[in-house]
Amino acid sequence: MESDSNKIIGEFTQGDYKYGFVTDIDTEFAPRGLTEDTIRFISAKKQEPEFLLEFRLKAFRHWLTMTQPKWAHLHIDPINFQDIIYYAAPKKKHQLENLDQVDPDLLATFNKLGISLEEQKKLSGVAVDAVIDSVSVKTTFTETLSKYGIIFCSFSEAVLKHPNLVKQYMGSVVPYTDNFFASLNSAVFSDGSFCYIPKGVRCPVELSTYFRINAANTGQFERTLIVAEEGSYVSYMEGCTAPQRDENQLHAAIVEIVAMKDAEVKYSTVQNWYPGDKNGKGGIYNFVTKRGICKGSNAKISWTQVETGSAITWKYPSCILLGDNSVGEFYSVAVTNNHQQADTGTKMQHLGKNTRSTIISKGISAGKGNNSYRGLVRITKNAVNSRNYSQCDSLLLGSQCGAHTFPYIQVENKSSIVEHEATTSKISEDQLFYCQQRGIDMESAIGLIVNGYAKEVLKQLPMEFAVEAQKLLSISLEGSVG
Amino acid sequence: MLLSIKNLHASVQGKEILNGVNLEVNRGEVHAIMGPNGTGKSTLASVIAGREVFEMTSGEILYKGKNLQKLSVEERAREGIFLGFQYPVEIPGVSITNFMRTAVNEIRKYKGLDALSASEFIKMMEEKKKLVEITSNLTNRSVNEGFSGGEKKKNEIFQMAMLEPMLAILDETDSGLDIDALRIVANGVNKLRRPDNAFVVITHYQRLLDYIIPDYVHVLFEGKIVKSGGKELALELEERGYDWIKKEQVE
Repeated sequence: MESDSNKIIGEFTQGDYKYGFVTDIDTEFAPRGLTEDTIRFISAKKQEPEFLLEFRLKAFRHWLTMTQPKWAHLHIDPINFQDIIYYAAPKKKHQLENLDQVDPDLLATFNKLGISLEEQKKLSGVAVDAVIDSVSVKTTFTETLSKYGIIFCSFSEAVLKHPNLVKQYMGSVVPYTDNFFASLNSAVFSDGSFCYIPKGVRCPVELSTYFRINAANTGQFERTLIVAEEGSYVSYMEGCTAPQRDENQLHAAIVEIVAMKDAEVKYSTVQNWYPGDKNGKGGIYNFVTKRGICKGSNAKISWTQVETGSAITWKYPSCILLGDNSVGEFYSVAVTNNHQQADTGTKMQHLGKNTRSTIISKGISAGKGNNSYRGLVRITKNAVNSRNYSQCDSLLLGSQCGAHTFPYIQVENKSSIVEHEATTSKISEDQLFYCQQRGIDMESAIGLIVNGYAKEVLKQLPMEFAVEAQKLLSISLEGSVG
Repeated sequence: MLLSIKNLHASVQGKEILNGVNLEVNRGEVHAIMGPNGTGKSTLASVIAGREVFEMTSGEILYKGKNLQKLSVEERAREGIFLGFQYPVEIPGVSITNFMRTAVNEIRKYKGLDALSASEFIKMMEEKKKLVEITSNLTNRSVNEGFSGGEKKKNEIFQMAMLEPMLAILDETDSGLDIDALRIVANGVNKLRRPDNAFVVITHYQRLLDYIIPDYVHVLFEGKIVKSGGKELALELEERGYDWIKKEQVE
């Protein structure tokens, strides 16, 4: 028996050579591990133009010289980067016949979130009746957008159809040398989204990854690029309030936004990846680099995020305020419950004159969760008359969780004003008793109080996101008190 | 009988505060509980509402014939017990509208009724606001956040009107109020009086009882009700203070 299993293991682990993955175009998976060959394989599989392969290889060579950063207030178990499969062909999810086959816990959460039955089926991989499948919705959607000249497609499609735009802007905000995880993403990114809004166009609908056909399989190394030309406007929504389960533990994504003169980009995220179990086992590592540049004057970039999932979150959606009078905003709610850890915040780089930025960060820690705000506000010498207002609040539920604030402020001229406020509070027994005395049970009371605390951020979300996000906050904290 | 308290003993962190309270409240009645500071008035209110830090060590509280000890705080509230707080707590970011809508619908759910629609709820709120003379912008603000003392108390009365309790206990709702606010609070109570509900008004001073005429006045002293009477007892207390009662106790 033992020799049999050894034989199978042997075949399995040594099977790489047999398939000769560089030449065999039918192979669905790249072998485990990361070499230049892996990258050539990915690029060939995706039939990418030469410039992209070069970009990937440069990123990879640079990544080899780097080490994983240790400055975050996080405990991260060592990651074996050679034990990851960096390319898997988009495969169909295992289809289930009906909702009875879905994990009842997952269904309970869907119901609490008020997600429709059809959508539940879709999210949990149940076959959907062709008539109600949203293909027709998508078609109408794409037609509407193309009427305005808006491009909204998968990153891979953009590489093939709009190579010049990709070449011009990819890596222009987050260079492949930026940081360890950004370099890794640049070398191996699987897919993602591309969005281009032409000059003077106000995108008539909220762009949501939900509507993008390939959204289901963007994989663990996602890459998003949004370009808003002069005077344009777009509101972009990423993610989904429904719980997202994924077997890949490491997610290292990049989002780049370019806003030209008078353009405005609003980027909203709800992140609800699997956080691990109550004992801290499993869960996603969500290591994301998000950055936007206000290239022209009066440009505006606004990040709003509601982070409730993932075992570890490491992300700092940032703004480079290059154009004069440009505006950067960051609104964040981050929840850590059980053993979750989050180190999140923003960087506001003021380069242009009269630039303004606002940071509202609301951390919520429960269970044994650890939540850190880390933010940099830098006002350079030339950014005269600039302003920043930062507010970093922490809410603690229970006595075993932690909240930390790491603000970095650099002001290099005398005409600018920076304000920073920080508070730490707890849900008091008085507040809970007050709610209960009015007939509201403990869990609903916590939901109410937490949503009140996060209100300033939640009101920034598009309507369709906001209602679900409110429910999500309550659900994420269930069982955390009492 | 709506509320029946027999030989109630209660303590906080091992220290006995109430030692043998007896009280009976019928529907349609208003009871005033008076007494010097630190004699257990607020403790009595908290024990009836079910606050955990107050431990009921012996005795019995029956409400509508049910043993209250078996009900959680929110169940007691849904059964119609309302506590007007002496120091209402702030809940930042939660509008009074949202707070009340949650509470009203939780209570309706408990009674097997459907939740009110947004328009039904707003209509109800407008009616109650008018009833208790609350200006409209108060309900758009976060619960008690940045409220003046008077606004907090008016908000308590407004909530009482919204929740339509069977037994309302007002814990020193009159403290810190100017005469106009006092009048609004008292008017609210008077308008909400019905033959089927009852009020227990805890107060330090007789002046609230100029506006809310009680059927019974009780003096709580050192954890016990030591004297009960009609509304004239309040006037006597106003005139003579509490010392004569203390002396009676010693003798």
